Amino acid sequence: MARIGVFICHCGENIGRTVDCPAVSAAAVRMPGVVHSVDYKYMCSDPGQQMIKKAIVEMKLTGVVVAACSPRMHERTFRAAAAEAGLNPFLLEMANLREHCSWVHADKAAATQKAIDLVRVMVAKARRDRALRPIRVPVEPTALVVGGGIAGIQAALDIAAGGKKVVLVERGPSIGGHMARLSETFPTLDCSQCILTPRMVEAASHPNITLMTYSEVESVEGFVGNFTVTVRHKARYVDPAKCTGCGDCFNKCPLKNIPNEFDAGLGMRRAIYVPFPQAVPNKPVIDAAHCTMLQKGKCGLCAKICPRGAIDYKDQDSLVKVKVGAVVLATGFQLWDHAAYGEYGGGRLADVIDGFAFERLASASGPTGGLIKRPSDGKEPKTIVFLQCCGSRDDKAGKKYCSKICCMYTAKHAMLYRHKVHDGRAVVFYMDVRAAGKGYEEFVRRALSDDGAEYVRGRVSRITRKQDGTLVVRGADTLAGRPVTIEADLVVLADAVVPRPGSEKLAQIFGVGYDQDGFYSEAHPKLRPVETAAAGVFLAGACQAPKDIPESVAQASASAAKVLGLFANPELEREPIIARVNRATCAHCRACISACPYGAAKDFDVLDRAGKVLRTVVDVNEGLCQGCGTCAAVCRSHSVDLDGFTGEQIHAELNALL
Amino acid sequence: MKTEKADVPTPTTFEPRITAFVCNWCTYAGADLAGTSRLQYAPNLRIIKLPCTGRIDPLFVLKAFENGADAVLVSGCHPGDCHYTSGNYHARRRWTLFRKLLALTGIGDDRLFFSWVSAAEGQKFADLVNDVTAKVRKAGPFQAAHPGRKA
Repeated sequence: MARIGVFICHCGENIGRTVDCPAVSAAAVRMPGVVHSVDYKYMCSDPGQQMIKKAIVEMKLTGVVVAACSPRMHERTFRAAAAEAGLNPFLLEMANLREHCSWVHADKAAATQKAIDLVRVMVAKARRDRALRPIRVPVEPTALVVGGGIAGIQAALDIAAGGKKVVLVERGPSIGGHMARLSETFPTLDCSQCILTPRMVEAASHPNITLMTYSEVESVEGFVGNFTVTVRHKARYVDPAKCTGCGDCFNKCPLKNIPNEFDAGLGMRRAIYVPFPQAVPNKPVIDAAHCTMLQKGKCGLCAKICPRGAIDYKDQDSLVKVKVGAVVLATGFQLWDHAAYGEYGGGRLADVIDGFAFERLASASGPTGGLIKRPSDGKEPKTIVFLQCCGSRDDKAGKKYCSKICCMYTAKHAMLYRHKVHDGRAVVFYMDVRAAGKGYEEFVRRALSDDGAEYVRGRVSRITRKQDGTLVVRGADTLAGRPVTIEADLVVLADAVVPRPGSEKLAQIFGVGYDQDGFYSEAHPKLRPVETAAAGVFLAGACQAPKDIPESVAQASASAAKVLGLFANPELEREPIIARVNRATCAHCRACISACPYGAAKDFDVLDRAGKVLRTVVDVNEGLCQGCGTCAAVCRSHSVDLDGFTGEQIHAELNALL
Repeated sequence: MKTEKADVPTPTTFEPRITAFVCNWCTYAGADLAGTSRLQYAPNLRIIKLPCTGRIDPLFVLKAFENGADAVLVSGCHPGDCHYTSGNYHARRRWTLFRKLLALTGIGDDRLFFSWVSAAEGQKFADLVNDVTAKVRKAGPFQAAHPGRKA
């Protein structure tokens, strides 16, 4: 006979304000199987949990229903408490009175009635719960890090320092990411290369880290602790084992005029190239789309020159499978394409550039050697207009959100420009200056007071080009309340931060959620900021939201801590929500086998004592089964059932709704 | 012996009773988001949580009607987003066929609702509940429209 205890939480006032908790408790005690019902202010607090534990022992409860917040919030908490009191944790159910009731309804009578219904449904379910034992699965203590920017590098280094193996996959030919493209970093004006490149080298030479550059994740199978990831090694046409990085090939390649993506198109590269001189690995790749040999079968100069015979025009993409236990996604961001803003030239004005282009102009390793020269004619600009919030905070043509890093890097750009061109004029158009960070406000103040940047509060309505190449910037000074027109030699747009193209596809591969802008969703916005809805998949850096370097690094270290925590145990406990087959009634129609997305349903021979096959049925591999229940629904004879969501339980829930 | 049936007072105006079968990963989380965003919606819906829409046995839907639901809503992850890769595709296929069968019995579109709601779509969930509730309110009680059926 079931002995169910019902515990109703007020959640401070969150539930109690709209749901009459004592009334729910009074109704619950009259429900079949319920022997104990109580309401309390904070069920998740220590006294609340003690109350549950005490009741389990004293009232000899066989099942518990906690009517509180969403089970996604505290099911684990309460199940752990039940287990401590000696009750199998899977005999505890939660009724969601907060997210699904008190927070979404205002009418107290209706909300209370709904709360009673929700409790009755869960009591009906709890009465039919079976004690389940967690499934233990071994953990492969190797991590996959996707993305070789500063976030990915940091996560890989931290995991490797914890003594675990890491596979670092990077789409481009070199690790380093956007940080390698920056000139100096705010708010200290550290040289970006000087602080990053040693980390890149460390990542490449660390014995625990395997670097896979020029590679992309193709597909993933498995689950937390046991992923099998297929990585596509794109054809490099250069054998990295033979190549010494001498550079003869890319100095001699006759194709000289391919815009280098690394330099935001301002500098040129060859068809065989390393994206930048400090690249790691410092070994070239051939850009097949441009290479004359690969396109037309003529040339072959690099192969003739290479002293080591490392060039291989017949190289092809290869697929490599890696077994990993956890994944860190650190795919980063890119800048929004301001071509959507026709009023700013629609991307057609050569001297209207984005922040990365300015970084490359200001960088000592950039195409101009650190001299500020405008792209159209190479002249030193005497007036630069910087536009903040280009595409950010614009829900019509751009993005709704604030891109967070632009206020700071624009102040830095203005500063760097004034350091290099002393008689230059730096005008910054801004909506608000958001400088919340350690030393950030002081940094912006310095740009104003020490470096003479002129800040104009307002929007720019139009940028046009005069015959002589001068850009006419028309806008409004909203503080002075008048229109402004500035003649500039160069305009730098602080384009919005957006996720990398393909980020949604990668999210689908890993089963990670993403928001409407394509940023990856964390498991909980406050308390689980690096985890995702997919167990064993963690987030680092700007793939989750716009972030600056310190934040990306902090989140990367946090995800590394999560990975190391996961790897601290040789085995993992998994929720035992899996399908079971009734062998006595299974007719072996195999509908479940074709429905199962995991290949967990397999043929199974029932043998007699002599080992003779009596009949063949279906069996479910509990290591592979993820518990979706699709097999249970397709089974014609109802021979498959799902633990935790049995047909009997769901019918009982429906009956309880009558 | 106590029964599991509720003492529902006879409502003076018709308040639809809607049973929803939702998956744990998308729609249930979307409903949670509607809650954390404090979006107000009609209190007529009762959620039955399942791991995946693929778990929905057509019998569950029949059972809901048999038990007096005025409408049934099925909601899960968008195509391509299923936590279990393909459960929602199975659900969609089964649903397409099943609603035709139900139509044969006279239970039509005004009683059966299907929508994809992701974990990020709290507003969509709230709008969906309001929309479904309004439509069922218009359609009237299931029992009245289908006399002779047990309720």
